[in-house]
Amino acid sequence: MADRFSGTKDYVAGEDLMMAVNAAIALQRPLLIKGEPGTGKTMLALEVAGALGRPLYQWHIKSTSKAQQGLYEYDAVSRLRDSQLGEESVKDIKNYIMKGPLWEAFQSEEPAVVLIDEIDKADIEFPNDLLRELDRMEFFVYETKELISARHRPVIIITSNNEKDLPDAFLRRCFFHYIQFPDKETMNQIVDVHFPGIKKQLLQQALEVFFDLRETPGLKKKPSTSELLDWLKILLAEDVPIEALQTNDQRKSIPPLAGALLKNEQDVHLFERLVFLNRRSERT
Amino acid sequence: MLLDFFFRIRDAGIPVSVKEYLTLLDALRLRVANETVDDFYFLSRSTFVKNEALYDRFDRAFGDYFNGLESLPDDFLKNIPEEWLKKQLELSLSEEEKKLIETLGGWEKLMETFRQRLEEQEKRHQGGSKWIGTAGKSPFGAYGYNPEGIRIGQAGSRNRRAVKVWDKREYRNLDDNVELGTRNIKVALKRLRKFAREGAADELDLDGTIRATANNGGYLDLKMVPERRNAIKVLIFFDIGGSMDDYVRSCEELFSAARTEFKHLEYFYFHNFIYESVWRDNRRRNNERIPLGQILHKYAADYKVIVVGDATMSPYEITYPGGSVEHFNEEAGSVWLKRLLDVYPKAAWINPTPEARWKYHESISLTRELFDDRMYGLTLSGLGKAMKQLAK
Repeated sequence: MADRFSGTKDYVAGEDLMMAVNAAIALQRPLLIKGEPGTGKTMLALEVAGALGRPLYQWHIKSTSKAQQGLYEYDAVSRLRDSQLGEESVKDIKNYIMKGPLWEAFQSEEPAVVLIDEIDKADIEFPNDLLRELDRMEFFVYETKELISARHRPVIIITSNNEKDLPDAFLRRCFFHYIQFPDKETMNQIVDVHFPGIKKQLLQQALEVFFDLRETPGLKKKPSTSELLDWLKILLAEDVPIEALQTNDQRKSIPPLAGALLKNEQDVHLFERLVFLNRRSERT
Repeated sequence: MLLDFFFRIRDAGIPVSVKEYLTLLDALRLRVANETVDDFYFLSRSTFVKNEALYDRFDRAFGDYFNGLESLPDDFLKNIPEEWLKKQLELSLSEEEKKLIETLGGWEKLMETFRQRLEEQEKRHQGGSKWIGTAGKSPFGAYGYNPEGIRIGQAGSRNRRAVKVWDKREYRNLDDNVELGTRNIKVALKRLRKFAREGAADELDLDGTIRATANNGGYLDLKMVPERRNAIKVLIFFDIGGSMDDYVRSCEELFSAARTEFKHLEYFYFHNFIYESVWRDNRRRNNERIPLGQILHKYAADYKVIVVGDATMSPYEITYPGGSVEHFNEEAGSVWLKRLLDVYPKAAWINPTPEARWKYHESISLTRELFDDRMYGLTLSGLGKAMKQLAK
């Protein structure tokens, strides 16, 4: 087997995740990734492409995305307009066909990596419309009557935030992996990868504050890995002394620069209120 | 090769097909995994399981197959089909008995016994005994069918599940993947449609273009319009657990159909009656509750409200503060329901219990009154009527 993914220096991948990625690479089937927001789903595709040295084609899905857009789009409207203006380009329909990321990836000289990001954002029928394309890795362009088939089957990584269920027929064709929220040990590794020089003690304190904060009941959006990394970055930049974190009893104080961890106004309010209540109850 | 394993996984209720099996074999042929159980575990999991909710089930089946030791009864029992337990309960009670029980004792007495029993149970449970024995502990009815107490399945270990359900209050979320039979419901829901063009203009407006081009002296003038969408907005509240367990299937069908039919659909769960808070996820119902006030403010008055519940409970649960079976509600359920109806004038209550039985339950009459008689059965005709009324 030519290619194997085993994490990169910037990305800590668990053994299970590596296995899923390697299976997808070896069998040339799509890999579906789910997990809490901020656990590095999108990053995975970038890292896989980087590690394997393959070009990456990204397709970010919105609620209005159509499956067809990933393949190609025929811009009939501008052709119609051009025809009125008597442009030369009108005569060749190819000038009005815009290639989508899948087409680009299929045509790539070397095997590529395709990221289909947040597939659950699209319409419920969206995955069904891609079944054949992902299975056979080919599609037909009706306008020019040509069949586009992949030179090399690309590695396709699909992420989902679980907003919609995906159809069974689609799931059957994929490998699946759910990225668990990392435990303290893995988190240590992750931080280490991003901030190699960070002081052990500061990190220890910061992680404790972080995991405590995640436990706060009723938070609308729990802080995740990416928030932790942002927060550490600010802590380092501001040169916050370790002592500031040492009163790490969440119930008594608000951690410095908590805004990087709590992204929701209501969460901040809730948290402040909890802290206030606890302080008061302690005084009495 | 590995066929046994495949069937074991299937038997565990994980929807694997031949396709996944062949994929796994192919992966093994290509030596994706090394010859360790760990690797094989990761590989087979990412091939067979497509939903993180099934990971636990897969783990048990896998452990079961590979050493036969890891399938702990406690975990296993979580997945015993509810029907088994229900059937067992129904076996032990005849129809007359059920009726007789309903007439036994006043509300006060029932509540008191119930709370007492509950307390006892918790204490005993902490003490380490797993046995369940008393009335209210059954997850199948608000108070259990028999206030005098039924011991279900003392001999078998499956009653532990009852304890678990009660302790954690883990009612399942409604599964909206029930496809069978939802078509008819979808057709009924179709009556509640109001198409409107909203959002980005991404469709060619043929009529508009022709008109504009004509006005333009024959030069093309393209007009775009937004796509037509069903603009109806719906809030659905589902009664869950307790006496509603009998109707889980029809509610799932309704939920599935509604999910696909309405683009703007918000759903919430409650137990027995709507009080100051509801929840979105039954697994986290204890820590993630949404205050009803928040909903009233968040969703505008053009939302239509559909409540799905059997409305079968003690009348006190509706009219008295503190009447809720689960918590102490400072204001009566009727007060909260009125607030809801004040904000959303278009509302309907869908009741899965057969219409013929409605008049025997005071709570149903009460609810119906609160809803100005807008209560409909969970039947196709009932749904049709409800939608017609909502669409007015």
